[in-house]
Amino acid sequence: MGRSSTVKETQALFQSLRSAYAATPNNLKIIDVYVGFAVLTAVIQVVYMAVVGSFPFNSFLSGVLSCIGTAVLAVCLRIQVNKDNKEFKDVAPERAFADFILCNLVLHLVIMNFMG
Amino acid sequence: MASPESAVNGPTMTAGAASKSLRNAFGGVIAFIILVLIGVLAFSIRLFSVIKYESVIHEFDPYFNYRVTQFLSKNGIYDFWNWFDDRTWYPLGRVIGGTVYPGLTLTAGTIWKVVNSLNIPLSVETVCVFTAPIFSAFASWAAYLLTKEVKGPGAGLTAAALLAMVPSYISRSVAGSYDNEAVAIFALVFTFYLYIKTLNTGSLFYATLNALAYFYMVCSWGGYTFIINLIPMHVLLCIVTGRYSSRLYIAYAPLVVLGTLLASLVPVVGFNAVLTSEHFASFLFLILVDRQCHLSSSYYLLVQVFIIIHVVALAYYIKGILSPKMFKVAVTLVVSVGLAVCCAVIAILIAVVASSPTKGWSGRSLTLLDPTYASKYIPIIASVSEHQPPTWPSYFMDINVLAFLVPAGIIACFMPLTDSSSFVILYIVTSVYFSGVMVRLMLVLAPAACILSGIALSEAFNVLTRSIKFQLPGIAGNPSIAEENGSSTVVAPNDIPKTEEAAKEKPAKKNRKKEKENVEKKPTPSKTEKRLLVLPLEASVIAVLLLVLLGAFYVVHCVWAAAEAYSAPSIVLTSHSNDGGLHVFDDFREAYSWLSHNTDVDDKVASWWDYGYQTTAMANRTVLVDNNTWNNTHIATVGTAMSSPEKQAWEIFHSLDVKYVLVVFGGVVGYPSDDINKFLWMVRIGGGVFPHIKEPDYLVSFSNLRMLTSQTYLFACLYPKRDGQYRIDAQATPTMLNCLMYKLSYFRFVETDGKGFDRVRRTEIGKKHFKLTHFEEVFTTHHWMVRIYKLKPQRNRIRGKTKKSKSSRSVSSKRDVRGKRNPWH
Repeated sequence: MGRSSTVKETQALFQSLRSAYAATPNNLKIIDVYVGFAVLTAVIQVVYMAVVGSFPFNSFLSGVLSCIGTAVLAVCLRIQVNKDNKEFKDVAPERAFADFILCNLVLHLVIMNFMG
Repeated sequence: MASPESAVNGPTMTAGAASKSLRNAFGGVIAFIILVLIGVLAFSIRLFSVIKYESVIHEFDPYFNYRVTQFLSKNGIYDFWNWFDDRTWYPLGRVIGGTVYPGLTLTAGTIWKVVNSLNIPLSVETVCVFTAPIFSAFASWAAYLLTKEVKGPGAGLTAAALLAMVPSYISRSVAGSYDNEAVAIFALVFTFYLYIKTLNTGSLFYATLNALAYFYMVCSWGGYTFIINLIPMHVLLCIVTGRYSSRLYIAYAPLVVLGTLLASLVPVVGFNAVLTSEHFASFLFLILVDRQCHLSSSYYLLVQVFIIIHVVALAYYIKGILSPKMFKVAVTLVVSVGLAVCCAVIAILIAVVASSPTKGWSGRSLTLLDPTYASKYIPIIASVSEHQPPTWPSYFMDINVLAFLVPAGIIACFMPLTDSSSFVILYIVTSVYFSGVMVRLMLVLAPAACILSGIALSEAFNVLTRSIKFQLPGIAGNPSIAEENGSSTVVAPNDIPKTEEAAKEKPAKKNRKKEKENVEKKPTPSKTEKRLLVLPLEASVIAVLLLVLLGAFYVVHCVWAAAEAYSAPSIVLTSHSNDGGLHVFDDFREAYSWLSHNTDVDDKVASWWDYGYQTTAMANRTVLVDNNTWNNTHIATVGTAMSSPEKQAWEIFHSLDVKYVLVVFGGVVGYPSDDINKFLWMVRIGGGVFPHIKEPDYLVSFSNLRMLTSQTYLFACLYPKRDGQYRIDAQATPTMLNCLMYKLSYFRFVETDGKGFDRVRRTEIGKKHFKLTHFEEVFTTHHWMVRIYKLKPQRNRIRGKTKKSKSSRSVSSKRDVRGKRNPWH
């Protein structure tokens, strides 16, 4: 009895999650897709390292950290651009995007230098 | 600094708004002038050594940094990155590019280049000497910015003034102390400021700047691990106390990624930012299993908090988009699944951690957690006096009055508790713990103590001046104040509390600001809490005066400490003669210049590792060991040579191509840090690698003393670990009297006063008349402080052996074979 109710509750949970997520605006969904892609690339790199070995280590580190870095920065951009976030009401989305670009520039400059 | 007030002030009359903005502008100008004065103060209080002695580089480590900066300025940055130094650690050499923290030398080199390109002819030495005072001024300004973010501009100015003068920071950043900490403390405070600023504003721009400042800190000092451990701890604290916000995520997550990358860019850190040096083969199991890859402990913490913050962020996001009932269902589901996974992971972890011996921690970090570790296991770390735990008086010497203002500051941080004030509390607690382990880390405590004391003083002045302001009768232009003559309970309606707070914070630190406040002030606030904070008038006035007096005592102590205690260059010594004249002992530089003028460029000089940097920098000769102490066996070789009899020592030095031996001897003038006082460390370090050197051989055991006094019994009770007494007089052991260090120090010493009375050890020496067989004295400085000996070349003819070889060939051949195999016996 309890089992089926938990299963039903889980199903209801996932449905409500899906409907709530479908209500988010399109630009945020695009950022989410980008984050997902970056994380997927990082996972692929880790699997490759598990198969092939971790030499040269600096290349592996720079590859994985660049993927994770862009994912994190995209999440920060999403936080700042989201209209539901009351803390960032007075931050213009252009300003948030400019910060995002700057941080990405620094990140990729370092990556280029470190990749070897 | 004060823009929202004018917007709030709209409905009141425009004259009030104009005077408000004028007052804000005036306050801003005053704050700027005070900051400039603080910078000048920080710079000039560190100039005592330049005034008393000369513009010279102090101590030992700064000479190495100076030599590296000279090389950088002469050869450019590419040669500097790839520099392999063959003038030190002969015959091993040292890779400078990969083992030095480049921040300090690159900073000074850049300053030199910029200044010279503007045609201001400063030499490299001048730039090196004055780098530390300049960056201490910058550090004070960074402390102002940091404390302003935590509490407000008044606290910021107080903290900056305190940091400009605190003796602990002065001791490592006087003019001439050209060491990593000079630049690193500025980088530390500035990084913390940018972190707090990002936390308060949530701007990704400041997060980028934070990562770049952290990069500068990693370049400058090994203490960067403090930052990379403190910030995750603070994030964890914020999450656990329920203060998670998206600004926290923006402050932390980019820093992890960018910080790791930037830290790995610095060659001396390299992969140590992520892993310890053992093996990084199976990096894959880094989360669960620490055995194969030895993930460095600080990075472990960083990664774990990174994962935790992502989990928390996701939880908050889901909570935001779901209805509360659904969120409860989600929570129960996640918790039940998570518990099952956790139990499995914990079981694996316990099995793994229990099987590895030290759980991947290196020696120096183990020292920090267990203070007795280093003295038990690593003699080199234990022998440095800076690595000993501090005594209680050293706290008062180094941070003086701040020692008891800090608890008041901690309380002030709790009213109210914000993210930034919780960070400052965490900073002070951790730095107090670490400073209790190692004296050297009191330097990290100093900025935290100044920040908290600044907060405490500023809050105290706030309360006291507000009390005085409420109770001063008949203030011009303020009728409501006149109503509260002498009474301490006041309620005045129709007031905007915000403007009052802003007006009070800025000028609340100095006494003479009170008059300006009384003239320009607004009506009193209406909040009831302010009513309770008002103290009696006389008590407030006396309290203000006493606080100012406290500050005066602090200033007097700081100036005294800077002038007398911390300005000695230690390469030049002075003493005052009976008629008040100053006598200067410049023996070190005399010896180094003799070496550079009277020996060949490729000659090797052997000495104890303390003098290595100075010898390469000033005498420009190759040395065997220097202050970097990266190779314990090489140092132990030199220590063994110094502890062995002449013949064995000659053989050891000859095998290393040494031409000259340098010893420092203080017996004639009473200089206590000479090689005879350091000799037991040579024995211990040598004995740690070569077991035929045993420390008890050099100590007089108590049973062997011909005359046992009650004092020696007391000595034996107080120091039970010491089997004997360290003596160099007639009762010293024969091993001690025959060792190279004794002979080189006391050769011809009896000629100075006829009796051979050693002023440091306060006895007459044991063996007075002896000759050196394998060394010859080539130079002794004016006060006998540095003595240089040359190795005598091998004899062409071996006397006496030829006769014996005819009679007993087998014996001699056996002796020769044995001699060839092990030259040190």
